[in-house]
Amino acid sequence: MKVRRDEGAIKWILITLCAVFLAVFLILPLIYIVVTSLRAGFQSYWKSITDEYALKAAVLTLEATAWAVVINTVFGVCAAWALTKFQFRGKKTVSTFIDLPVTVSPIIAGLIFVLTFGRQSFLFPILDRLGIQIIFAVPGIVLATVFVTFPFISREIIPALTAQGTDEEEAAAQMGASMFTIFRKVTFPHIKWALLYGVVLCAARAMGEFGAVSVLSGHLRGKTNTLPLYIELLYQGYDFTGAFAASSILVVMSVVILALRVWLEKKGVKDLDVRK
Amino acid sequence: MKLRKTKSIIPGFGLTFGVTITILSLIVLIPLCSLVVYSAKLSPAEFWHTITRERVLSSYCVSIGTSLSAALVNVFMGLALAWVLVRYEFPGKRFLDGIIELPFALPTAVAGISLTHLTTTNGWVGKIAYDLFGVKLAYTPLGITIALIFIGIPFVARSVQPVLEKFDIQYEEAAVILGASRLRIFWTVIFPEILPALISGFTLAFARGVGEYGSVVFISGNIPYETEIAPLLIMSKLQEFDYASATSIALALLLLAFVILSVNAIFQSIVSKRISGMA
Repeated sequence: MKVRRDEGAIKWILITLCAVFLAVFLILPLIYIVVTSLRAGFQSYWKSITDEYALKAAVLTLEATAWAVVINTVFGVCAAWALTKFQFRGKKTVSTFIDLPVTVSPIIAGLIFVLTFGRQSFLFPILDRLGIQIIFAVPGIVLATVFVTFPFISREIIPALTAQGTDEEEAAAQMGASMFTIFRKVTFPHIKWALLYGVVLCAARAMGEFGAVSVLSGHLRGKTNTLPLYIELLYQGYDFTGAFAASSILVVMSVVILALRVWLEKKGVKDLDVRK
Repeated sequence: MKLRKTKSIIPGFGLTFGVTITILSLIVLIPLCSLVVYSAKLSPAEFWHTITRERVLSSYCVSIGTSLSAALVNVFMGLALAWVLVRYEFPGKRFLDGIIELPFALPTAVAGISLTHLTTTNGWVGKIAYDLFGVKLAYTPLGITIALIFIGIPFVARSVQPVLEKFDIQYEEAAVILGASRLRIFWTVIFPEILPALISGFTLAFARGVGEYGSVVFISGNIPYETEIAPLLIMSKLQEFDYASATSIALALLLLAFVILSVNAIFQSIVSKRISGMA
């Protein structure tokens, strides 16, 4: 689109306003984290981030993220296939339920899992007899993470598949291709970037989830503390250098994710253009 | 063609539909049912008593008031951001466009502690505000609003941006030829077009703000009756194992979110009907 020429004054006032706003609200907090975490010198920074509990928290965070990505990818691909390639009754209801978790407050997400698996639930005696602990343990953290990131991948794939239609798959099926062949050779190339994009979004949210995980974690150092919870623990113990040092790890991750997003968006757009 | 609607020749419906429903049930439906089952056990009187306690009511007021003002700020800034990114060329534009998504990528707790330290009376920003205007930011409703502005930045900008990009420049050119002033063009030609996107961005930011926890707990100071937000109250009830109160407060909050989103949905359908009616 041709960009309209605007009078200089309004243009630069608006640009300055936006730049200052983003600089204060977004960039300043990032700079502050980096500066504060390095204030006590690099050595103590290194000590903070290689602390035994910090590393354990990082491992648990990665574990929960990995689960969220795997489960939501399987779900996202299946749901997108079922919702876009077939007609069935109740389709709208299904997609409403898929999108529901993002509109629920993270604390309420945690609460519903406490009500499902907690002591007052009818499931509790069964789980107890089997020796399975879900809330205040790692499975609860994983469930909460999967819940809050639930629609992230399907939501990216569904539009891509809707736009593509069903003609190619129908043709492949007419020629006798099996489901997996169709998926691998026909559908997957269309959704590859959307899927990757969804995975990035899902991973970003999963790594940072705080509220829901906080409800379901037992807050045991080294056992059920994810990185964001570990940061809270340090912060409340007035270990600000440690808290900001641990935060800086997550800052680096989120900057990487942002860069990946921009790159993937460009890649996806280019792909679409080529196809057209 | 009609027949295919019910029976498709593409294989895999059973498998994919089965997996979809199974995972959906395990992760979303069963937990939601347990919320419904549990709240059915609460007596209406008890529910009403819990949510009308003064401390609970004031936490709703804090949550709604701060989310509303943050969402309003984001409507203006989001519109300005979308406008600047679509209409102008300037150095650093790509960077500005990319960084808008930061609140989605940065863990809320990390944003929370950083914003808190910046806005205390000793912080980089808080000191300036306190010395110049005598205003305290952290541990006041103003602080909560700041955190919620941070969280809500992408919503409005990202919903208005595509609409503004698609907007046909011919209407504006026609208005110019007819001699309309710039301000009048904006209000009568452009604004009605982007209003639905603005409102949907506003609702999303508002609904997100009401439920937000991670970035707010640190900056709010959690003073009862003053800066205690509703999600925090749910959290503390849960820590006391008072599930009945926690569920009651949560139900009211869910109801509020539902109302906010429905109002938006109704509005959007009215607008889209009006547009398709005109066409």
